[in-house]
Amino acid sequence: MTLTFEDFPPGHFGSFGPRRVTREEILAFAAEFDPQPMHLDEAAASRSMLKGLSASGWHLCSIMMRMMFDACIGQTASLGSPGVNEVRWLAPLRPGDDLTLDIEVVEARVSRSRPETGIVTFKVTARNAAGQALCEWVSPIIAARRAATAVEQAG
Amino acid sequence: MRFFEDIEIGQRREVGSFTFTADGIKKFASQFDPQRFHLDEEEGRKSLFGGLAASGWHVGSVCMKLLVTDGQRLAREALARGEPVAAWGPSPGFRELRWIKPVLAGDTVSFASEVESLRVSEKRPEWGILQVRNTGTNQRGELVFSILATAFVQRRNAGA
Repeated sequence: MTLTFEDFPPGHFGSFGPRRVTREEILAFAAEFDPQPMHLDEAAASRSMLKGLSASGWHLCSIMMRMMFDACIGQTASLGSPGVNEVRWLAPLRPGDDLTLDIEVVEARVSRSRPETGIVTFKVTARNAAGQALCEWVSPIIAARRAATAVEQAG
Repeated sequence: MRFFEDIEIGQRREVGSFTFTADGIKKFASQFDPQRFHLDEEEGRKSLFGGLAASGWHVGSVCMKLLVTDGQRLAREALARGEPVAAWGPSPGFRELRWIKPVLAGDTVSFASEVESLRVSEKRPEWGILQVRNTGTNQRGELVFSILATAFVQRRNAGA
């Protein structure tokens, strides 16, 4: 069952997870992509504004992308995304946190330039086990419309 | 690392280049963004991207990598000259991330960072808040990536 533009009306899409994030993952991502001491070194992290080891914000966003994929994008006739309107890093992701993801559709409209597709804009919020919001993003994807998908499958 | 007071609007810094290999693209995608056009050459060719394309989160993470690495190089050089080095705080977020063109296997992207705005933090007056436009340009001179990022930077008299 492939999801199309029509499967994403504005409103709450669902809540997903939990997904545990380990210290080893945090250190491995930081070593490759964001080698700041606050993401790599316990002592330096305790002296930082975040007061303890925390994951790179890019790691958190990448994990949210994976949770989005598992929740819906992986089954969607998605053509990709033009970008991200806004990301807010609200609180640090700590080793051992269990992440849940709330997915909301804030806007769904048919593309003017490619009417066989639609633009679905999501607001995605990652929370820890205490329910505290850690990161919020607003980002559109381009999804095929059902009629276009049916033609493709018939052809 | 420069202090808040040493930074001016319009200052631009080249932070380095990175070549996206097919293996690197697939490794990142299999972990974080396993959409078919990020994992398979043939699926990439059939997609809007026209080839095996890096996940947009991979491109953003590489931009971060080069910003951090170049910043650490500048800090080491300043320390070697006997100058004080400012701390970088965490980032509250970013806006206007644009994946303008696909980054395909074999592409080399050069990243640059330009200061757009500066203000003192109201809640934490020992820190300044900096907005920078970070961009990525491929080997054909095409702009492929752009983001308006925000970061805390230490003020010179912090803690004094």
